[in-house]
Order: sequence, then structure tokens, then C-alpha cells
Amino acid sequence: MTEINNVRIEFLSRSSNESFARTAVACIAAQLDPTLEELGDIKTAVSEAVTNCIVHAYPESLGKIMVRARLFDDNSIEVTVRDWGCGIPDIDKARTPMYSTGGDDRSGMGFTIMESFMDKLQVRSKEGRGTTVIMRRKISPRVSKK
Amino acid sequence: MTLGASYEGGILRVFLSGELDHHAAKKTVDFIEKKIDAHLPREMVLDMKDLSFMDSSGIAVILKSYRRMKEVGGVMQVENVNKQPLRVLLASNVERVVKIIAETKEA
Repeated sequence: MTEINNVRIEFLSRSSNESFARTAVACIAAQLDPTLEELGDIKTAVSEAVTNCIVHAYPESLGKIMVRARLFDDNSIEVTVRDWGCGIPDIDKARTPMYSTGGDDRSGMGFTIMESFMDKLQVRSKEGRGTTVIMRRKISPRVSKK
Repeated sequence: MTLGASYEGGILRVFLSGELDHHAAKKTVDFIEKKIDAHLPREMVLDMKDLSFMDSSGIAVILKSYRRMKEVGGVMQVENVNKQPLRVLLASNVERVVKIIAETKEA
């Protein structure tokens, strides 16, 4: 599996950047010639991961968010979303459907959606240091789409 | 995110247009709650015909609207849901609580 592209963006944890981040990743993913549905899935997962940084990692302040998209020659994309915020004390709990520390403004479905819309989801976190979410998704080759 | 509403015969119809994410969620909830409080409808329809994108923030918006409608003794459903928002709704199992009608109904 060889890397064919690697794009990295950094921005502040402003909620107005949620649409920027998912659109930017979709633009890069478009190089793999995905269907609209595949693109929608990737956009949704990125939106969830970036929203988590904005809502949970930096609840009281603005912080840095890094999003990296890597494309591979097996027609797959790997998206990394990283923050240097407060970290997740209990990752298993955070990944539980409907569980949220965000009150009734949040549905608690963020990680569940990332899991079901991507092929693989990896979460690493250290309290006080930050969180890294790595997601992978294979894009079906065009020939089988017809 | 553009919001619109119409009220007729006890039915409040709220139109969502654009992209519903965390950034747009608060404004959307405030708008819906204000409309419910103003009309006290017996039914509320969330019309998603022009909603091109929604993430899990939209689930929280739907559940909050549902609770407000329950408080005023009414029911609600979600209509005209496009593909991407529908996938989010189904992944979240929200249809256990709120009725979802995916296809655009032609008059």
C-alpha cells in the first residue's frame, strides 16, 4: 500500500470551521473518484470528529485542530483529526452510543456515526494532552460502480 | 442554514435548508422552539427537502423539538429526508422516537 497523497490542514476550534474541515477533506477524497454516498459518509465522519474537538477538547477556549488526509493506491483514504485539548478520560465510555457529557445539546452519537460510516476507527487520548482520531475508508473502484 | 416556517390548521411546518451541524444547531433549536411556543401546534413537521447535509448535531435538534412538542401536547414527524441526512437518522435509531418519511411527497 503506497501513499499517493498527503494533505494537512490546521485551524482554530471555531464552529464555523466544521463545514470548512469536512468540505476540505471531501475535496481531497474526490481524487479517489468516490460516489456521492461515499463522499457523504466521509464528510459526516469528519464533521463528527471535528465537532468533538470544538465541543469537548476545547470547551472554554480556542485551540488548534489538525486534520490530515492521506490517499493510498488501494483506493483508500485515512483521515486523522487531532487536538491538543483536555483529552478523554474514558474512551470506551465516550464511544458508547447515546453517551455524552455535552447535555441535551449533543446526541452522544458522534463516535457511533464515525464507526458506522467508516471502515476503521482508532481513538487515542491522554488527559490534559489531547486526542487523536484516525479513520479509514476504502473507496470502491469505478468499474464495479457501473 | 436557512430556516422557514408556516402554520395552518394546527400544523406547524418548519423548513430546514442548507447544512445542519453543531455550528447551526443552536440557531435552529431556538427558531423551532420559538415557533412551537408561538403557535402551540398539535403537529409539527420538520421538512428536510432542502437540507443537503446533517450530522449528529441534527439528532439532538430533532430530539429537543420532539420533547418540546410533547410538552405542548403535540406530535411531530420528519419529512422529505435526503440520502445523507437519512443515513445519519438511521444510524442513530431516531425513528424509534420520531416518525421519518424519506421520500418527497408530491401533492
